[in-house]
Amino acid sequence: MVSGGVSKFAKARPDATFQKMVKEAFDHALGDVPRLKTDRIDGSVASYFSDHFTRQLMAGIMATDYLGLCPKPNKRIEGGGATGGLCFQAAWESVASGRMNCCVAFGFETMSRVQTWKGNEFIALASDVNFDYPVGGFYSGYYAMMVNRHIHEFGTTLEQMAMVSVKNHGNACFNPYAQKRKRITVQDVRNAEMVAYPLTLLDICVMSDGAAVCILADEETAFQLTDRPVRITGVGTGTDMMRMADRPRGKVILAPNEKESDYRNLTYPGVHSFRAGRSAALQAYRMAGITDPLREIDFVELHDAYTSSEIQTYEDLALCRYGGGGRFIEEGHPFLPRIDYGMKLKKKGTIPVNPSGGLIACGHPVGATGLMQAVFAFWQIQGTIGRHFGSGELQLKKAERGLIHSHAGTGTYVTVSILERGW
Amino acid sequence: MSKKRARLTKPTAQHRDPGLEEVMTGTTVFNVPFPADLSTLKGMSPLVIRFPYSVEYLHSYGQDSPFFAGLANRKLLGTRCGPCQYTYATPRLHCPACGRETDWTELPQQGRVHTFTTCYYGSEEFLKETPFHLILVEFDGVDTLLLARLIGVSGPEEIRIEMKVKAKFRRNSQLKTTDVYFVPA
Repeated sequence: MVSGGVSKFAKARPDATFQKMVKEAFDHALGDVPRLKTDRIDGSVASYFSDHFTRQLMAGIMATDYLGLCPKPNKRIEGGGATGGLCFQAAWESVASGRMNCCVAFGFETMSRVQTWKGNEFIALASDVNFDYPVGGFYSGYYAMMVNRHIHEFGTTLEQMAMVSVKNHGNACFNPYAQKRKRITVQDVRNAEMVAYPLTLLDICVMSDGAAVCILADEETAFQLTDRPVRITGVGTGTDMMRMADRPRGKVILAPNEKESDYRNLTYPGVHSFRAGRSAALQAYRMAGITDPLREIDFVELHDAYTSSEIQTYEDLALCRYGGGGRFIEEGHPFLPRIDYGMKLKKKGTIPVNPSGGLIACGHPVGATGLMQAVFAFWQIQGTIGRHFGSGELQLKKAERGLIHSHAGTGTYVTVSILERGW
Repeated sequence: MSKKRARLTKPTAQHRDPGLEEVMTGTTVFNVPFPADLSTLKGMSPLVIRFPYSVEYLHSYGQDSPFFAGLANRKLLGTRCGPCQYTYATPRLHCPACGRETDWTELPQQGRVHTFTTCYYGSEEFLKETPFHLILVEFDGVDTLLLARLIGVSGPEEIRIEMKVKAKFRRNSQLKTTDVYFVPA
């Protein structure tokens, strides 16, 4: 990866069409690699989730032509909430296969075009419309059911979930691109309006308008364009059955740092865990040669559409054992070491998770989200957070290897990619 | 014939000065301020129009149709893969484990709450029904679950994982999965 750019994420961007938002992110990325002229770009991949939100079919080509990337190759990638992560990997595939020397991944979503309840309906259409949508028709309800089972299996607490929100909102205070930048407390989260028990308004990410761009190149091209490219050393993609009701109850897929005796009485994944997340992580770890993720990865940008799914994802990524996610946040491990969150934390900063503020605070313009995570991770590894955010509070001292994680519909598609210092 | 031709060739107002008929539907604007100096246009506020959109689908349940016919007859149907000895509470006509076709089988009408939530907010279509309770139901001897509404409780504090529930059916079928719902047993 040689460069990245994002637009400012906002509740609504009536001042710009989706093409213009993508152009902002694209120019942002090009601005960081002045040696890259557009004639060196071999093609692009488009990422956006919902034709309903866009109210425009073939929006991908319209963004491609606005960027001036015709007649080069382009295609659209779509996979719900993981669309951005899948697009990032599709761009990687274009370069890794040798088809392109330089490929642009761009993503966007225009969620402000309908009211929030209509947006929730569009999102819920990404659940089985014969068996699931007519009953619940609400993704927050689906995730609430998942975490209630997690609570039942493992004793996860609502306060532990709230700590995720405190952390991510707190981090976003120093990220100028984030949609929500405010300091909150555990009590604020629990006192917020109940959406789907036990998830409150502050346990859930917000709809957003925004765009993000990543530029990937092969090694030779990368070093011609920048002195500090980031190497993509592992990619993994997992899937699971659309209906939560159909998920099997079998054995845990073991990570290298786990053994069967860790999980004697646990049926897996049930509805409490994301098998696709575990599967994606293990593929990426194998490819990158990671056997002890907690120690071998410096930071994580993961898909925290819900505070609960961040906790569930710590476990899928084997940062802790299944069932240990609540305690993992309570002890402070995923907090940033230098930020004051207004609470006492015993083991702060073991592995910062969502230093950018994550989806909960940055916003979740679906097609842009997975690419936004890649851009923030890229800047962390380059050590350019200070320059990009206007202040260095979120820059980690050690950020040589990061993990990005993108996730769709109750864990149906999950991608994990490993990014490392490439120079 | 000659009359018609005469009408077609008769010069109309449109022929003399072509233009669309003025309408007063949708977004109708009478005076839009506009600057004399075009260089100030980039600072103008964006224009937002309303765009209603509705579709009627002819949606087939295909091979899953017997499930819905069953609900209309107060029967809860799942499917079973004989070779895998695996029963699906939410029907699938093919077993994802072995790829073979499954067989229809009747499910028990009593089960337990596997997990639950109460939705206080929702999609536009269901907003008027909030708060409503969702449960995944598990049945003895059945390997997968069924998503359904739970009726007859007032809030999440009255729902417990593993509590017993029984199926009830709408008297007038709507051929939707909500034709079956559950109440505390």
